[in-house]
Amino acid sequence: MDDTLRTKLGILADAAKYDASCASSGGRGRKAARDGIGSTTGAGICHSYTPDGRCVSLLKILLTNYCLFDCAYCINRRSSNVERARLSVDEVVRITLGFYKRNYIEGLFLSSGIIRSPDHTMEQMMLVARTLRQAHGFAGYIHLKAIPEASPWLVEQAGLWADRLSVNIELASDISLKALAPEKDAPGIKATMGQMQERMLEAKEERRRFAPAGQSTQMIVGADDTTDETVLRTSAGLYGGYGLKRVYYSAFSPIPEASRVLPVKAAPLRRENRLYQADWLLRFYGFTVEEITAGGSAGMLDLDIDPKLAWAPKHRERFPVDVNGADRELLLRVPGLGARAVDRILRARRQTRLTLDDIGRLSTGVKRARAFLITADHHPLKLTDRSDLRERLAPPARQLELFA
Amino acid sequence: MSTARALGAVETESVALAYGADRAGFRRAVRRLVAARVPPDQVVWRMREPGEAEGAPAADLFGATATPDVGDEAGQTPALAVPRAAGEIADLVLCHHDTDRFARLYSLIWRIAQGERRLADNPADPLVHRLSLMAKSVRRDIHKMHAFVRFRALGVESGRERFIAWFEPEHFIVEAAAPFFRTRFPAMDWAILTPLGTVGWDGQALAFGPPAARPPLPEADGFEEGWLAYYASAFNPARANPVMMRTEMPRKYWANLPEARLIPALLESAPARVAAMIEREAQAPRKRDPAKAVAAMARQAPSSLAELNALIRATPAFVPGGTNAVLGEGPVGAALALVGEQPGDREDIEGRPFVGPAGQLLMKALAQAGLDRERLYLTNAVKHFKFAPRGKRRLHQTPTAGEVKHYRWWLDAELGFVRPRLVVALGATAALALSGEAVAVTTQRGPRPLGRHPGFVTLHPSYLLRLPDPVAQAQGFAALVADLRQARELAGA
Repeated sequence: MDDTLRTKLGILADAAKYDASCASSGGRGRKAARDGIGSTTGAGICHSYTPDGRCVSLLKILLTNYCLFDCAYCINRRSSNVERARLSVDEVVRITLGFYKRNYIEGLFLSSGIIRSPDHTMEQMMLVARTLRQAHGFAGYIHLKAIPEASPWLVEQAGLWADRLSVNIELASDISLKALAPEKDAPGIKATMGQMQERMLEAKEERRRFAPAGQSTQMIVGADDTTDETVLRTSAGLYGGYGLKRVYYSAFSPIPEASRVLPVKAAPLRRENRLYQADWLLRFYGFTVEEITAGGSAGMLDLDIDPKLAWAPKHRERFPVDVNGADRELLLRVPGLGARAVDRILRARRQTRLTLDDIGRLSTGVKRARAFLITADHHPLKLTDRSDLRERLAPPARQLELFA
Repeated sequence: MSTARALGAVETESVALAYGADRAGFRRAVRRLVAARVPPDQVVWRMREPGEAEGAPAADLFGATATPDVGDEAGQTPALAVPRAAGEIADLVLCHHDTDRFARLYSLIWRIAQGERRLADNPADPLVHRLSLMAKSVRRDIHKMHAFVRFRALGVESGRERFIAWFEPEHFIVEAAAPFFRTRFPAMDWAILTPLGTVGWDGQALAFGPPAARPPLPEADGFEEGWLAYYASAFNPARANPVMMRTEMPRKYWANLPEARLIPALLESAPARVAAMIEREAQAPRKRDPAKAVAAMARQAPSSLAELNALIRATPAFVPGGTNAVLGEGPVGAALALVGEQPGDREDIEGRPFVGPAGQLLMKALAQAGLDRERLYLTNAVKHFKFAPRGKRRLHQTPTAGEVKHYRWWLDAELGFVRPRLVVALGATAALALSGEAVAVTTQRGPRPLGRHPGFVTLHPSYLLRLPDPVAQAQGFAALVADLRQARELAGA
């Protein structure tokens, strides 16, 4: 790898880092032939962490950051003065394999600016994936960004080589998308998601490979005035309607070469964090969007406490919950108890009547949970009736955030 | 293992196990101890030093003499059935670096043997909880080894690339972590050296060795420099969160991660970089708006049947087997388009639709219906021959609904260029491809809209070829001819 290639890699990694998705999970286990290379474990592996705390699992790069689109929130829009570079198909293949052999990465996450045409761009990206699979027997993880403006037959091909496909919905509101990304089209994005979902379901039923790790998407939060409620409604619609594996939320952060139509200030990272927690409640805890947003005010989540903790004091009639008798759904609603802790509680109570000490061994959130729980030796009568419950449970002092 | 009078009247058993995660030795010892009804508080456990001979006697704290746990042929000691959950915990905990792992595990198994059969399934029990934490720590260490080993290239020997890594695990996990690397890198030779043991792979077998000292490693190559450049670029200074980073990538691993040496400088420069980003006013684009290129990108769709066909020909098959795309044939503007299932063996060889046995039968039916092949547009729903090789023969395989749908966009675009007045679906696959839904051909023959087109559903000639009864075949052929005649009239052809 020479200096020029390294410089290009730097530019194109920099250009790709605003995509929050990094997962190498969701697929089934797979391994290379004896003369090939690579495997996927199903759970995914983070090979490193950058100082922003985010995992480095895949080599996440753009094929090129030249782009004919002009999306205001994107550093690579055509009107930005950012430095540009372009990698050839062979260069991406070479870097991917070189990194993979040194155990730096789980695979490749390839996206691209739109050059010449969406079709041309999509074909180039596919060629990378196909070369890795066919010419090098690569069995590692490949995540391809599908370009919704490309012809539909190209999506049909992308799924043959990729583990995961994704189309970014970018903004929860179609109106904002029109204003900030003039070349993009919300119905087109959803049509592509629908097409991918249909093929994935068929392939699964017919036991063929077509993007076995499913599809994901990303939403930028804080670049417009969309509320958390709208964001979560959009997510719920995507999970329910298109079978998405993940929706990623990306708090808008200032980018170099920012557009004039964007806010100068970053959205608080905590907002992103709360949205992820709410997303989790939607998917794994049986909460509805209404229930989650009722914990906050004016369609926004409470930034100070997690959404489950925000919801509980407003539903005191449901508490306290008896850990030795309540069913799973009810236990999942207890602040401080995660899905794993609940499963451990269910296992343990088959053998013993659980005490507060027991809960301390089964969950790391017992401090928050105790106000809502009845155990063999504990009844939180007073706590649940207190009017200052929220204040007592909220963290005493807010940690200062960069740009808060 | 030996017994000795120690601490007054209490008999103490002393057990010495091999260095590392000695599963076999531990199992043997436990079987015997349980059989001999030796309670946990009367056993002293010890791990031998690497390289220490099994027979070497060693005195323990209480003066009991240890004899090695050798010569226990399986079967000499009674079998001990341990519930699965306990076995899983034990396998992991034995890798833990703490010497008290043996005593804790033996306590667990002792209690199970005394009647608490489901003990390991109770995560609230203090001992089980403690062991679960140890198991979790081991599991995490294995995971981190999979993640954080960094290979350096040693060059190529006998056509195989060779790599070496130095890694410092917390627990005795080299054996547990090794299969992952074998599965992932079967075609390279590699060695991972650690202070707790080594492992190597030569394409044939994993070889384990004793603890190693840090070897002189080869110099970093261009890929490692590229990796550092990549790592630095992937960091977003506006989101610095070193606490989160250290939670997932604790400092103890940093020494062997080449990228970790960039961390201090990246963090230090982050606030200034962000401030510069915010202060810098939005800039007017330096380059002028590429109006022509932006307008041109909207015109990406193929503008003629020939362009579309070039695309189809350049694309790999969506079905197993097929290599050459067999394209549609006939004049643009044909009044009638006939859509079959997929090319067969003959079609694949000649590169033309409907030239095999079924095609010949179709030609016969067309002639009787007063239709001329030259004036029709003939194509298939699936453009490649899907087959399974059987000796020298290539056996036709029916495409699945999903495969048919992969090809739908092309068929749709193709018919969009041809613009026939009527589209005839020959058989169920064609009907599915055109309409997007399953159609029962034998009961639903006749005119019906197929997607955007006025359509007509009839039998596929290959269906007639498969009918064993000549009478039924003749009837079917007559029906096909009648359908084609009706289609001709509908299309005004």
